[in-house]
Amino acid sequence: MITYIIRRVLYAIPILVGVNLLTFILFFVVNTPDDMARLHLGMKRVTPEAIEKWKADHGYDIPVAWNASAEGIQKISETIFFKKSVRLFVFDFGFADDGRNIGADIRERMWPSLAIAMPSLIVGLLVNITVAMLIAFFRASYIDTWGIIVAVGMMSISSLFYIIGGQFLLSKMFRLVPISGYDEGINAVKFLVLPVLVALVGGIGSGTRWYRSIFLEEIGKDYVRTARAKGLAELTVLFRHVLRNALVPILTGVVVVIPLLFMGSLVTESFFSIPGLGSYTIDAINSQDFGIVRAMVFLGSVLYIVGLILTDISYTWVDPRVRLR
Amino acid sequence: MEFPFQWTLLWTDRMIYLLLVLVVGFGFYVSRKEHLLAPWRQIRRRPFAMSALVLLLFYLSIGLMDSVHFRKQLPMTDTSKALQYDPEVLSLLDVLLEGLKNNVEKTYSAPLATHAFNKQMLEGPDGTKQRIYPRLKYGGAHLVNPETDRWPDLLSRVGERAVFGIGIIVLFYIWVMLVLSQKHQIPPKEMTRKMIRGETETAWRAILLTAGLVFIVVGIAGPLSTKYHLFGTDKVGQDVLYLALKGVRTGLVIGTLTTLVMLPFAIFLGISAGYFRGKIDDAIQYLYTTLSSIPGVLLIAAAVLILQVYMDKNADAFASITERADIRLLFLCLILGVTSWIGLCRMLRGETLKLREMEYVQAAKALGVGNQRIMTHYILPNVMHLVLIAVVLDFSGLVLAEAILSYVGVGVDPAMISWGNMINSARLELAREPVVWWSLTAAFIFMFVLVLAANVFSDAVRDAFDPRLRGR
Repeated sequence: MITYIIRRVLYAIPILVGVNLLTFILFFVVNTPDDMARLHLGMKRVTPEAIEKWKADHGYDIPVAWNASAEGIQKISETIFFKKSVRLFVFDFGFADDGRNIGADIRERMWPSLAIAMPSLIVGLLVNITVAMLIAFFRASYIDTWGIIVAVGMMSISSLFYIIGGQFLLSKMFRLVPISGYDEGINAVKFLVLPVLVALVGGIGSGTRWYRSIFLEEIGKDYVRTARAKGLAELTVLFRHVLRNALVPILTGVVVVIPLLFMGSLVTESFFSIPGLGSYTIDAINSQDFGIVRAMVFLGSVLYIVGLILTDISYTWVDPRVRLR
Repeated sequence: MEFPFQWTLLWTDRMIYLLLVLVVGFGFYVSRKEHLLAPWRQIRRRPFAMSALVLLLFYLSIGLMDSVHFRKQLPMTDTSKALQYDPEVLSLLDVLLEGLKNNVEKTYSAPLATHAFNKQMLEGPDGTKQRIYPRLKYGGAHLVNPETDRWPDLLSRVGERAVFGIGIIVLFYIWVMLVLSQKHQIPPKEMTRKMIRGETETAWRAILLTAGLVFIVVGIAGPLSTKYHLFGTDKVGQDVLYLALKGVRTGLVIGTLTTLVMLPFAIFLGISAGYFRGKIDDAIQYLYTTLSSIPGVLLIAAAVLILQVYMDKNADAFASITERADIRLLFLCLILGVTSWIGLCRMLRGETLKLREMEYVQAAKALGVGNQRIMTHYILPNVMHLVLIAVVLDFSGLVLAEAILSYVGVGVDPAMISWGNMINSARLELAREPVVWWSLTAAFIFMFVLVLAANVFSDAVRDAFDPRLRGR
């Protein structure tokens, strides 16, 4: 087990190197630092001095990958590649265009993101599984048919409409919860109700359908027939046998996203003005702050790989037959 | 003979034509192979799927009409000069909807309204200034007394066309019935009974009802939309129905071209990885694990940001706003393709790993068939069902993704009409008092119908083609 985890972590290194190279090529080779400076200073009538000054201020006034004028090890370390990309490996994200420390910002903003994503995931999972269980219990009946029709219908609505509709109905018409915003501590709850509810309603269509198909696949297996033949009640069969076995495919989908919850959701957070990492990213995209986008890309890849490893570990936990070597 | 217009071929147009040729070719190929036709026969029997197909074809025809572009010739002032063309690129759909396109009001107006949505300071005939709701320039302009005449006028127009439309449809139904009864050698009476009960081999009842519904809606809305703004007008006075119809092409392009772009990569890499195994497999797996570990939205955002910088730098390379927006759309398809081929590639690799150990492949190898031929003639046909399922399943997700990306600011060009841009510009309208709801409603209806139809149809395709689900 330990050796397996160590090996997986070692496997992650070349992948992160690849991600890093890819973002580096995207950000610095396709467009030179000069282009970036021109973009920020306005396209027309920019003096070369202004560009040089912007580059010096933001640390782009050094060669891209190889510093021929420096001595020894500095030939490599005094380059944009080393300063901006290699340092990501030690989670040193550098500074944003407005001079703030990206690492400190991320540490601060990850909590609101988590506060909204974690309840959304848990509530969503519970409700989806319950509803899917109900539909599976009434399989091949009108409840099943109509459940699927409603689920497909709800799946076909863009998540943007759920957010807009939720804000309009609950906040504007009935004035139950604030339309957007965030607060520290326990006061955050009233701001979180609506986003969590919207995430739940928006995800229930695809979630229910997905879990229903998993349950139905399990129900068709031989051990279920054996359980019924033993004389167990249908509900016992469903909860004690089917649900536990269905956990394996459910986990594959769920565990991998848990680390990514830190990243928050771009759309939800910006609609509800929640100061999390999602709105941080969207602001960076809109103000074209490449440093932040690069940091988020790297962080996202790291978290995804962590999620994959966690998935494997969780398999051994729900399915004792799986041995990791 | 000189035509008074110049045919303009945008990049996405070319891709759409290519896709059309491929689809038609594929259809022709399938129609001659009995074993390939069987799953399609199964789909043909399902009423929901056939209704969805009719709706999809309707959207497709709008999208195709919007993909024939040209520029009008400018009136010649000097005969010695070369012909000049209008820089504005028009499409066949624009010509068809000329009334809608050009009936531009000043600002917001509600659906079917005759007066503007906001009060304006106007000078009365007697010289006094008042704040009133001004009459619209086009919406209900033919009415003398809008307050009393509007509803009777609307009702008579709708009623007249509905009766007329239903008449045509009934005649059409009878014609289809007669043709079918001829073809299957069934007496017309028996055929009618079968069709009404939905007992025909092909789900004719569903097809005809949906087609009839579409026909009536178009028949009523078409002429009416030249007299009224059916979905109102937006902030700058554009007819919302026109915007929603133009959004169809953008949605379809994103949904289909992305798949077209990604398919060659996914198929080639997936099959190679599974077939050759070893080093090649490792390399391809590394490639897709790396790409899939970057969160999709961020990769798209990064790539689109870079494209923006590049486009700003080379602003002269694009002849018009339309071309610029078009290139950006194509690029968006490309980058969406990069993020979405991974799932299919992984699936194809797994399936190929299984297939290459099958006896028929081993036999082919023993007989000295080359690797390339085994991959294209022995393995590819047996994984095609996976490809087809992936293509139809991806479509609706991509249409939805376009809206979200446009909202985030990394979607299609702001100058391009798309549902995402419509939602984006309309989302603050709900905060107004009174509420401006029609832009969102129009985008919602058009998107919902397309995505729902795609979802229903793709379900049927998956059920018919997935061997694991067969017989359920």
